[in-house]
Amino acid sequence: MRSKLVATLAGVSTLALYSSMAVGSKYNFPEPQSIIARETYDMHIWIMWICLVIFIGVFGVMFYSILKHRKSVGYKAANFHHSTTVEIIWTVIPCIILVVMALPATKTVISMKDTSSPDMTIKATGYQWMWGYDYLQGEGEGISFYSKLSTPRAQYENKEPKGENYLLEVDNRVVVPVGKKVRVIITANDVLHAWWVPALGVKQDAVPGFIRDSWFTADAPGIYRGQCAELCGKDHGFMPIVVEVMNADDYSKWVAAQLGASAVKTSMHIENK
Amino acid sequence: MAAVHGDVHGHEHDDHHPSGIMRWVKTTNHKDIGTMYLWFSFTMFMVGGFLAMGIRAELYQPGIQILQPELFNQFTTLHGLIMVFGAIMPAFVGFANWQVPMMIGAPDMAFARMNNWSFWLLPVAATLLVGSFFVPGGAAAGGWTFYPPLSTQGGLGVDLMIFSVHILGASSIMGSINIITTILNMRAPGMTMMKMPMFVWTWLITAYLLVLVMPVLAGVVTMLLTDRHFGTSFFNAAGGGDPVLFQHIFWFFGHPEVYIMILPAFGIVSEIIPTFSRKPLFGYSSMVYATASIAILSCIVWAHHMFTAGMPTVGQLFFMYATMLIAVPTGVKVFNWTATMWRGSMTFETPMLFAIGFIFLFVIGGFSGVICAIVPIDIQVQDTYYVIAHFHYVLVSGALFALFAGVYYWIPKWTGHMYSETLGKWHFWLSMFFFNATFFVQHFLGLAGMPRRIPDYNLQFADFNMISSLGAFGFGLTQLLFLYLVIDCIRNGEKAPQSPWDGATTLEWTHLPSPAPYHSFETPPIVK
Repeated sequence: MRSKLVATLAGVSTLALYSSMAVGSKYNFPEPQSIIARETYDMHIWIMWICLVIFIGVFGVMFYSILKHRKSVGYKAANFHHSTTVEIIWTVIPCIILVVMALPATKTVISMKDTSSPDMTIKATGYQWMWGYDYLQGEGEGISFYSKLSTPRAQYENKEPKGENYLLEVDNRVVVPVGKKVRVIITANDVLHAWWVPALGVKQDAVPGFIRDSWFTADAPGIYRGQCAELCGKDHGFMPIVVEVMNADDYSKWVAAQLGASAVKTSMHIENK
Repeated sequence: MAAVHGDVHGHEHDDHHPSGIMRWVKTTNHKDIGTMYLWFSFTMFMVGGFLAMGIRAELYQPGIQILQPELFNQFTTLHGLIMVFGAIMPAFVGFANWQVPMMIGAPDMAFARMNNWSFWLLPVAATLLVGSFFVPGGAAAGGWTFYPPLSTQGGLGVDLMIFSVHILGASSIMGSINIITTILNMRAPGMTMMKMPMFVWTWLITAYLLVLVMPVLAGVVTMLLTDRHFGTSFFNAAGGGDPVLFQHIFWFFGHPEVYIMILPAFGIVSEIIPTFSRKPLFGYSSMVYATASIAILSCIVWAHHMFTAGMPTVGQLFFMYATMLIAVPTGVKVFNWTATMWRGSMTFETPMLFAIGFIFLFVIGGFSGVICAIVPIDIQVQDTYYVIAHFHYVLVSGALFALFAGVYYWIPKWTGHMYSETLGKWHFWLSMFFFNATFFVQHFLGLAGMPRRIPDYNLQFADFNMISSLGAFGFGLTQLLFLYLVIDCIRNGEKAPQSPWDGATTLEWTHLPSPAPYHSFETPPIVK
């Protein structure tokens, strides 16, 4: 009786889970905004389905057995203990399934590693506890700034109500143009950090003294938020990453404003000397 | 059988041992030492559990309430270290101490005095680890993986952790050598390798893994120590080193470590399923080969913990394929257990419930493991709550549930008393419910983008964190029920017959009374 109930409950909750997964991104990756993120998203759904089918197959058999082959209903135990044929079959079939899973993954790995011929290059440097950005190549070359958490301390000390982008907002966003291949060079100043923007499908550890790179091409204008993903000490949870994707015109205006501002700063600096 | 009983009576004077505390300090008896291992690991499980409660209390709602970020990091770090090295590993060694001699028909472990020492190192190491909370600067706060350069920055707490890991490593190596020697040399006449119980097989393979990788861990913590205090630069780029080198060495230990914690669990489950199905284990030899393949593969997959650390394409692909391959022997095991249950005559006492719960939830952890092996997906879920959920499915509902199953299965033999079946079933169902409430939702948190090891989070993660925390408190309280149940069994349990399980076929049930005599087999039984 009890196992029947459990089996029903398990079935219902699995169904509920999968239908809810289809509905909201709360149960899944955020809406993908780049080719790599989209491939990853689709691959995940596809593999989840394969796993679900295997899961139902294996536990269907097991729970059938649990219901029927029990001593309390007077079932007498058989005495078989091996079958070479069956054992070969259930070794070979998983191998085939794995190959099916590995093929699309291999293709994506190769394309996500291809950081060649970018339209622009930005260097991200992890500090305890903020990010620094330098636009190294492409439109905006020469722009350089730090990006720090802008959520007021009072909010996380529970003295003020928390805003919508609580802990995911910064003073200076990384701005990039839509549809351009952006290569991100990632390093760190002190300890390990990781530069992660889920919707763009990029996560790369920042290793002090070494350079790593990754890339993305944003599909649509918008603001995409992420966080440092490698434990970096006390304020690891308080160094978010915010990428703002603009269309080409807006991006050019932003670049002009930035370069203008920094030119003023530099000239003031020289005058002061 | 009668002869064995006779021997036990005839040699009662051999049971003389110091009484009081000195019995435990000086003991060289595998049962006493096994008992101490088990109580030690349960104590550490409570300490690690207390830290987990602290973590979940802080994460109960957004904002910083209970633990400041620095202390929060100490809690997560020590929770991991204590649960891995203090709770799960010693518990399995405790099982090996109790069960291996009884299951192979030996009187005791091969190196009885070394056995004593390998146990008594543990409280020392645990004191260093737990005591580090009270030194200036507090405990290590760089995560249980203590990656440099962050762990190079830490204070005295990190040094205490390093020494503690050294001592734990020495203890594990001695324990493993003892287990290997016992199994290879002290089997009853007629018990060939391919007739050994699965639990003994899995421990033999685990012990080899331990001997292989614990020295590597000792090496890497020593390198960290010299980087911290003696001016070397193994992990410091400014001196010509590389922080990622640490990760490679650590995970060369760390991944086999995962299997060190799960292979004996496979062994326990492989004893329980046939007993309560009243049917021999299906595919015994393929079970042995699968265990060995898992152990070998586990040594060539370490860098899947480092897919975001930066690696050549070929490296990522190699480690992805190798990791996925582990699913094959693991699948074979699950299929074999299912085939063992198929057309058996099953009953569902608490050990069987925990064993089935183990298979059910371990498979979920296995699936999320395959998903984590896929590089592009792993890069998204690396260092998020998805990974936390994944490894708690294999370590809590995997290793820990198997340990519970084993305790319920063997406690009649250990104590001579039956446990309360009603309380045992309550323990199972409550653990099952609260475990899933705690960890299932963490998959969603990770997918949605919540990093691990953060003391505070965006409001979008609030609902699931609250569910997870409530589940964790329930799971924690449920384990107090287990403590009560064990004490109740020892003090008031009904007298256990020689074999309360009619399907059991291993030597401790067929040849020894309950409780088992102080020296298990003075005359080895003949195995046909």
